[in-house]
Formats: sequence, structure tokens, C-alpha cells
Amino acid sequence: MAQRIDVKDLNIYYGDFLAVQDVTMTIEPKSVTAFIGPSGCGKSTFLRTLNRMHEVIDGAHVEGTVALEGVDLYGADVDPVAVRRTVGMVFQRPNPFPTMSIKENVLAGVRLNNRRMSRSDADDLVESSLRGANLWNEVKDRLDRPGSGLSGGQQQRLCIARAIAVKPQVLLMDEPCSALDPISTIAIEDLIGELKQSYTIVIVTHNMQQAARVSDRTAFFNIAGTGKPGRLIEMDDTSTIFSSPAEKATEDYVSGRFG
Amino acid sequence: MFRWIAVGAGVLILAVLAAVALFLLQQAWPALTAGSDELAAAVPRFPEGTSFLGFVGPLVFGTLLAAALALGLATPVAMGIALFISHYAPRRLAQVLGYLVDLLAAVPSVIYGLWGISVLGPAALPLWEWLNRYLGWFPLFAGDVSSASRAMATVAVVLAVMILPIITAVSREVFLQTPKLHEEAALALGATRWEVVRTAVLPFGRSGVISAAMLGLGRALGETMAVLMILSPGFLYSFKILAGAQQQTIAAYIAADFPEASGLAVNMLIATGLVLFVITLAVNMLARGIVARRKDFSGAN
Repeated sequence: MAQRIDVKDLNIYYGDFLAVQDVTMTIEPKSVTAFIGPSGCGKSTFLRTLNRMHEVIDGAHVEGTVALEGVDLYGADVDPVAVRRTVGMVFQRPNPFPTMSIKENVLAGVRLNNRRMSRSDADDLVESSLRGANLWNEVKDRLDRPGSGLSGGQQQRLCIARAIAVKPQVLLMDEPCSALDPISTIAIEDLIGELKQSYTIVIVTHNMQQAARVSDRTAFFNIAGTGKPGRLIEMDDTSTIFSSPAEKATEDYVSGRFG
Repeated sequence: MFRWIAVGAGVLILAVLAAVALFLLQQAWPALTAGSDELAAAVPRFPEGTSFLGFVGPLVFGTLLAAALALGLATPVAMGIALFISHYAPRRLAQVLGYLVDLLAAVPSVIYGLWGISVLGPAALPLWEWLNRYLGWFPLFAGDVSSASRAMATVAVVLAVMILPIITAVSREVFLQTPKLHEEAALALGATRWEVVRTAVLPFGRSGVISAAMLGLGRALGETMAVLMILSPGFLYSFKILAGAQQQTIAAYIAADFPEASGLAVNMLIATGLVLFVITLAVNMLARGIVARRKDFSGAN
């Protein structure tokens, strides 16, 4: 249920523009890896290359390899659609499908994969996914109501339920709490702690306390200046990054003297 | 100041609508209240012993049949074009294509009529004959094929081409407004391009497409010239869209008979116009009803 990601010498381009340069890292299974860094340093861009979502933008391409359990995601015969089924994603703003009910939202991914399932299997999957996202007790009586009627935090947990319903190996989260209030944020953070039992989790966050609270490993990205590519400055255990980082830039950033 | 202009504009719309309705009612009244003998004496082609409704019925039927066929042909094509422009085509091709479709809207309906008679009719005749020969058991394709192709099927195709631009343009705008968030949500679940369209774009654009189709339907219901020029008219409740002298639409009927009508016959024509007015009103209200029914699930909240 959880797989390891090896990134080697990755350069990310938008057309001719080099957005992120020379990233090499390993993301351990069943752990939470946090990406921190100032705005525009390429951490979200890099996150999106882990399931080939950046390809949505015309002209985006990469050099180097991203290997999931040894299989290069950018191999010639790899279908990006298949990659995204294995590597799920949760976005900055909650985005349940507004025309679907809560239940249909959870099943959306499974239905896409054209799997026929019996009604009872579907109900079981809805319940287990919503339980997995700590949402079941709040919505079990209104599964047929639209997902957009929930609060922001509930919507975000619905999106997480939708992502884990397709049983991915890896879950990417792009600032999942930045649009949420503190209470909902805590709910999501608790959930991340539980989800790492079964999934490899990568989270981008602007909130350093959040990175310190939820992650096992932290990667710090930085950018030398506008128009320059973002780089991975260092990556280490979260406790090390926040107490005694190897690089001066990291220390400045986590102690608030920068950005 | 702005407030008065805004209120004035709003009131003006209502006043114009009310004035039109009033005019139609007032002018139609003599025909609505006249006995069938009087009508038969005044109106050419009025069958003996029928009432006003009995006479208008086939016209209403013909109007709805033409509009429904045109809508059925145009909507899928228009949605296809709109989706291609908004989600598949490279940007430059999309622009050119969008422009071309908009140009279709600028062609006057007389031209469409001429084209329907002289180009489309003869060109489609083999197809109509084929349909008639092999699918003649199906009520729509039954009967004898109109040898000059002056049948409802040809009219429907021309009407479909005429309403294609408006449906395409509105649908395209709606599809383009699909929130990126929802498209990405679908993509991140492992959706192919078509599945993104199915799960995110189409549900979001649903009410917009319905409105677009209704706009097209409005035009198809009221279209006069092209129908008048192409269709060989008849006054039957007939589904035979390949045969001539079967149906007639209200608008074409009014245009054809108005120049030679006088007295009660004029009132009669206006009464038919009133019926068309009521139909378009009903169609619009129906469309709004459809759009409103699933409001909770619309993309607006």
C-alpha cells in the first residue's frame, strides 16, 4: 500500500524555462515528507512532477528520473493516467465535484477506472474511505447530499476520502490546510498522522509549525532570485532540520530570519 | 440616476412584453370567438367542420416536430464542436474554428433557404431514399420520398445548421468556465481527457448547455424563411419527415398566407401567432425549470 519514491537529477522545465534544477531525493514509504520553502521556489511544481500533474500545462517537461519502487514514472511506455491512479493528490483548495453527492464524490475515482462493483461493495468502500478520512460520523446521514454543502474542512477530508478510495500507493498534498481554519487544520493533521500507517505521504506546506508537527522528513527548497531555478537545499529528519540544519539558508528560513 | 435607468430598463422590457401579448390577444380575439362556419368562409384551406384548435393543432405539431428534429441534430454536434474548441484543439485551431462557427450565425436565413433548396436538398435526396428504402418501417421514414427533397427532413437539417452557432457559442463559453480545480481533481484521480470532460466539464456545463439548446430551440420555432422556401406544406399530424405535403410550421404558414389575407383571416393568422408566442414562452419556462431543479448540485455554489 505504500511505495518508495527515488528522484534522481530531476530538472523541471516550462517550455525553455528551467523551473526547478537538479533535485535528487528519496521519499520513504509509510512516512510523511514535508516540502518547505518560500513562495515560487518550485516545491509545488516538484510535487506535481511526482504524479505528472504538471504536464497539464503546455510545454512542461522534465529531465531525470522519478522512480516509484524502481519503475520510472517518465518511462516511454508509462501512461500518465496510470501514474495518477497510483499517486493520488489533494489540492490547496477543497475541490469536491459540485454536481455529485458525497457518496458519488467518494466513488468518482473508482467509477473512472471502469470497475464494475456491486451496490454493497460500493457502500462498503464509501464507508471505509470516509472512515479513513475521519468524516464518516459527520456525513453518514447525508451521503446523498451534494459535497459542496459541507464546510471547508469537511470538503477537504471528502477530497482525501476520494483520493484514498482508489487505493493509491502515494498521497501528495499541496498545502492541504492553507484554505482551512485552525480547527479543521488540526483535524487534517491528525488524519495525516493516521494515513501514514498505510500510505507514503508528501505534503507541501507554508506553515513551518505544521511541517514540524506532521512530518518525519523535511526538504527545504529555495530560489536564488526571480527567474532563477528553484533548488533543493537540504533534506533531513524533521527534528534535525528544525534544530541543527546543515545549511545556513535553512536555518535562516526555519528561524524566521528569511522569507 | 443609475437606479432610475436600471429600473426604467427593467420596466421597459415588461412593458414591451405585455404590449406584444396584449396586441396578439386583442387581434386574435375575433378569430378565437368566431364559429367554424365563419372561419371556413374567411380563411382559405380551412377544413369544414373543425374548430380553431382543430385547425391550429397540425400547425403546432409541425412547428414542434421541425424544432425538435433540428434541436436533436444540432445539440450533439454543437456540444462536440464546443468541447473540441474548449478542451481538445490546439489554441490557434480553436480560435479559427470558433470564428468560423460564429460566421455561420451571420448568414441570412434567406440564403439558408436557397442553399437548402438548391444544394442540400438534391445532395441529401439519395440519403433520404436510402433511409426510406431500408428503414421505412420506422414511422419517421415512412411514406413516399418527396422527389424534390422538399420535406421536413431537409428543413430539419437546414434549421440545425442555423441554430448550430448559437448553441456552440454558448456551450463553448460555459465549458471554458469549468473551474480548473475540478478538472485537476478529475485528472488527479487518474482520469483520461474524455473522463475529465465527463466528470468535471459536462456536469458543470449542464445547465448552460440546456440554456444554449433552448436559445437554439427558440430560433428554430420561429424560423420562417428557410421553412417557407424549402417545405412543401401540408396540414396533417404526420411523422413522415421524408414525404412532401405533410406538415407546416406556424411561422411559415403566417408568412405564406398573410399577403392575401383580409378581415377575419388576418385575425386568424394573428391567433396562430399567439399560439406560437405561448409555445415559446412555455419552452423557456420549461428550460428554466430544468435548470433550477438540481440547483443544489450546480457548479454555482
